Amino acid sequence: MAYNLDLTTIWAFIIAFAVFAYVVMDGFDLGIGILFPFFAVGEERDQAMNSIAPVWDGNETWLVLGGGGLFAAFPLAYGIILPATYPLMIAMLLGLVFRGVAFEFRWRDTRHRALWDVAFTVGSVVAAMAQGMILGAILQGVTVTRSVAAGGWAYAGNWLDWLTPFSLLTGLGVVAGYALLGATWLNWKVEGTAQAHAVRLARVLGIITLVAMAAVSAATPFLDYAYWHRWFEMPGILLTVPVPLLVVAFGFSFFKSLALGSERLPFAIALGLFLLGFAGLGISIFPYIVPDQITIWEAAAPEKSQLFMLVGTVVIMPVIIAYTGWAYWVFRGKVGTHGYH
Amino acid sequence: MGQTAVFDQFDPVVLARIQFAFTVSFHFIFPSFSIGLASYLAVLEGLWLKTGKSVYLDLFRYWLKIFAVVFAMGVVSGIVMSYQFGTNWSVFSVKTGPILGPLMAYEVLTAFFLEAGFLGVMLFGMSKVGRRLHFAATCMVALGTFISATWILSVNSWMQTPTGFAINANGQFVPAGSWLTIIFNPSFPYRLAHTVIASYLTTSLVVGAVGAWHLLKDRTNPYARKMFSMAMWMAALVAPVQILAGDMHGLNTLEHQPAKIMAMEGHYQSHPEGAPLILFGIPNSAEKRVDYAVEVPKASSLILKHDLDAPMAGLDTIPDDREPPVAIVFWSFRVMVGLGFAMLGLGLFSLLARSRRALYDWPLLHRLAIAMGPTGFVAVIAGWVTTEVGRQPYTVYGQLLTGQSHSPLAAPAVAVSLMAFVVVYFAVFGAGTWYLLKLMGQPPHAGETEPPQNPIRTAGITPAPALDGAPEPAE
Repeated sequence: MAYNLDLTTIWAFIIAFAVFAYVVMDGFDLGIGILFPFFAVGEERDQAMNSIAPVWDGNETWLVLGGGGLFAAFPLAYGIILPATYPLMIAMLLGLVFRGVAFEFRWRDTRHRALWDVAFTVGSVVAAMAQGMILGAILQGVTVTRSVAAGGWAYAGNWLDWLTPFSLLTGLGVVAGYALLGATWLNWKVEGTAQAHAVRLARVLGIITLVAMAAVSAATPFLDYAYWHRWFEMPGILLTVPVPLLVVAFGFSFFKSLALGSERLPFAIALGLFLLGFAGLGISIFPYIVPDQITIWEAAAPEKSQLFMLVGTVVIMPVIIAYTGWAYWVFRGKVGTHGYH
Repeated sequence: MGQTAVFDQFDPVVLARIQFAFTVSFHFIFPSFSIGLASYLAVLEGLWLKTGKSVYLDLFRYWLKIFAVVFAMGVVSGIVMSYQFGTNWSVFSVKTGPILGPLMAYEVLTAFFLEAGFLGVMLFGMSKVGRRLHFAATCMVALGTFISATWILSVNSWMQTPTGFAINANGQFVPAGSWLTIIFNPSFPYRLAHTVIASYLTTSLVVGAVGAWHLLKDRTNPYARKMFSMAMWMAALVAPVQILAGDMHGLNTLEHQPAKIMAMEGHYQSHPEGAPLILFGIPNSAEKRVDYAVEVPKASSLILKHDLDAPMAGLDTIPDDREPPVAIVFWSFRVMVGLGFAMLGLGLFSLLARSRRALYDWPLLHRLAIAMGPTGFVAVIAGWVTTEVGRQPYTVYGQLLTGQSHSPLAAPAVAVSLMAFVVVYFAVFGAGTWYLLKLMGQPPHAGETEPPQNPIRTAGITPAPALDGAPEPAE
């Protein structure tokens, strides 16, 4: 049994890794979509678009891996969370459709470029907002019921249960956070007025993101599930105390690095803020996968399924990571003003 | 609730089925083209490397731009599919996840990342990595599309002919025995062969139609001649193979899913002394007979049992609530088979023209090839409808009813999302299809450009040149 327990925990970490990889990687390119209207038509927008053109599609593949991995390793969680957040999931998927094709169509059909630019922004905002609200919906808890006919447990709430002030707050927080990643990415990858623009936006977004993180953290203990037990009692407090302290430290160094004109450090610190937020979520949720109803072990696929996948993942995942790193390395440095299209 | 109350009269399961059918049909169009096209591109580049003739390189670059657009639409419509299982079919997901989840996870790991990894080099890397390595990249992308088809058709086949499973206390399907038993379930080899060949045939018809279009305008265009000739060889060789593969797939279905065959054949009644082949007619489910049937006596027994007098059971042996919808399956099957024979006819016509040395000079053949251009897609969708609707009323054949597989969702939620998908898909993929047709309308010529000069896209899709003639920015 101890062996099975380990396997399921390993899978929880693999899924968490895939989700984190998706959030930060698609996060900065969704963020550029969110910020697109703030950049001037022409060279500024073209630079911004070109800076993510080589990587956005690979970034989004992690979303398929996260969804597919959840389906495979924790089918019960997949079957509860997706219906519980149904309209958000559909909105996210449609947002990603608009945004994905806008990438291509704006170059092919220059007469309608303005239209595809709007599709790019709206699709990005909708996808980011939906993802943030899905997070809030999971944190605030979903109604489930025991159901043998449904394979153990089933979602038992209504189709708009997810819509609360808290989920709106997490939605806005993710939009702001993605925009922060986008702005700091652009500070690194573009030049001229576009870069100056990005730095100004990054300052404002840094403040908004930190405020949103504080607000979500402050609201979380008041949700139905007593998260504060985990946060403020031993041994959880050993983990929870360093996180906000590190966030404060990261916040200070973020603004300092921007003020000093650093190009790479602000992006790295923004990634660090996401990692801290992610760690905070992990402390809050683990070992539940549907707080506070279903643990990872209750939702787990049988050992035989998890083991079969683990063999392939252990072999193939390093190759994927190597390729992804190589792709980013190939397109290192400033994107240049001439673009690639 | 006045607005949403309108939707309450609809059955959420029916709405969810329409939504899945709609999104998967739209999605299926793109890979059914890109699987064949990736292989065609590998052949073109291989021939260029072998012969050194520039016509192959120019054709490669011409079709590469089109491939990029098709692949893009396949990616975005595919992401939707990977979430549709959970959003609309959560009980199915919970119950089959332990078996189908790993197969789909392997598809992501072995196929999607392989395609993403080498597509960039294929699209932009000719000048960066050298010819042989570039050819290897093209082959890898083609291999990726094939691996992807293999996994997803294994998943689909398991839903049709489930093997290698046990059912646990929660009613979940869990693996029992070897994973090879699950992956290589009884209908998988036939379905894989039939689908991949269909993709090749679909591609050859599109390439043939584009070649024919440009031949009608200028029959001396060497690029149009080359692509038309290659496409017609492919159609002539593959159409008969496909009919054979379809026949074998049908025999496999008879063995494992007899009710589907009964619906395809329109056999409401059992025929103890040889069943007729109903060519046409109108299925009348209320009276359980085919009205106005045009039939060949005993031919169905001959085809399916290789014996004129072999008895064949009909739908009267199946409980009414376990029958697939007969009319849809009956008609979609005839559309597929009819188009299949039309494709064979086109292939034979091209052989006749070739033997008379009139392949490039027979406008009737070219017009016919243009008319047949989109029929591969129609046949693919019709075949898909035949096999999927024929699987009803189950999601996992004989094991899990469709009516017990769906998510606990209210009708308004599903109805609103269905409408959103319809509007967005027609708008977005309509625009994409228009861009594709514009690309195909441009005559292939010497010195076709590579997608962009600078290899910007690694895992994505290259932009083709702007369609309205705006110059591309200089390097």
